[in-house]
Amino acid sequence: MAKEKEEKRPMAPISAWAPAVALGWLIPGGGHLLLKRTGRGVLLMVSVTSMFLCGLMMRGAMFQPQSGDLLTTLINTGGFIGDVCSGILYLLSVWLGYNTPDMAGHVHDYGTKFLVTAGLLNVLAMVDAFEIAAGRKD
Amino acid sequence: MPKMNLSHFEAAFLFSLFTSVVLGVVTKTNDRDRLHYGAYTFGCFLVALFGIGWVMYLGHG
Repeated sequence: MAKEKEEKRPMAPISAWAPAVALGWLIPGGGHLLLKRTGRGVLLMVSVTSMFLCGLMMRGAMFQPQSGDLLTTLINTGGFIGDVCSGILYLLSVWLGYNTPDMAGHVHDYGTKFLVTAGLLNVLAMVDAFEIAAGRKD
Repeated sequence: MPKMNLSHFEAAFLFSLFTSVVLGVVTKTNDRDRLHYGAYTFGCFLVALFGIGWVMYLGHG
């Protein structure tokens, strides 16, 4: 019954949610700030930005899309998408010349994971902003 | 950009903290539930961290 109701719910117009989702991608937490969810927006911004900055300070590597065997393609393309999802943080770090090669060592390894995870957490924030803007969530 | 040198524990602790905050914020519908869920996921991260740490320690003999 609940599932039927879920399926019948009309999709909100793109103009209602696209600005919040786009701003949420560009500036982590920005979508929530645009939708007047200030406290949650600030928490998201601080968490995602701190995680990304920790990744940079640990000298984590940025992924570049690569083709090859399936695993290589999955890891590198998926990692690249994760990096890009950090929005302005990724763009700024690339524009300012951050280019650390993949090095051995647990700190660098953690740094790489921090950079990707910051992007993935921002995807969660974007989905939340979409649900709020589309009226599916308060 | 300053360089950070963290131990495994410190890095995993920070990872758990940031991830738990985001999971708490985006998952639930009111502030009380968000706080509880964030604390719960952070606790789960720490339990897994110590648990897997001990398993690896004992596994190495």
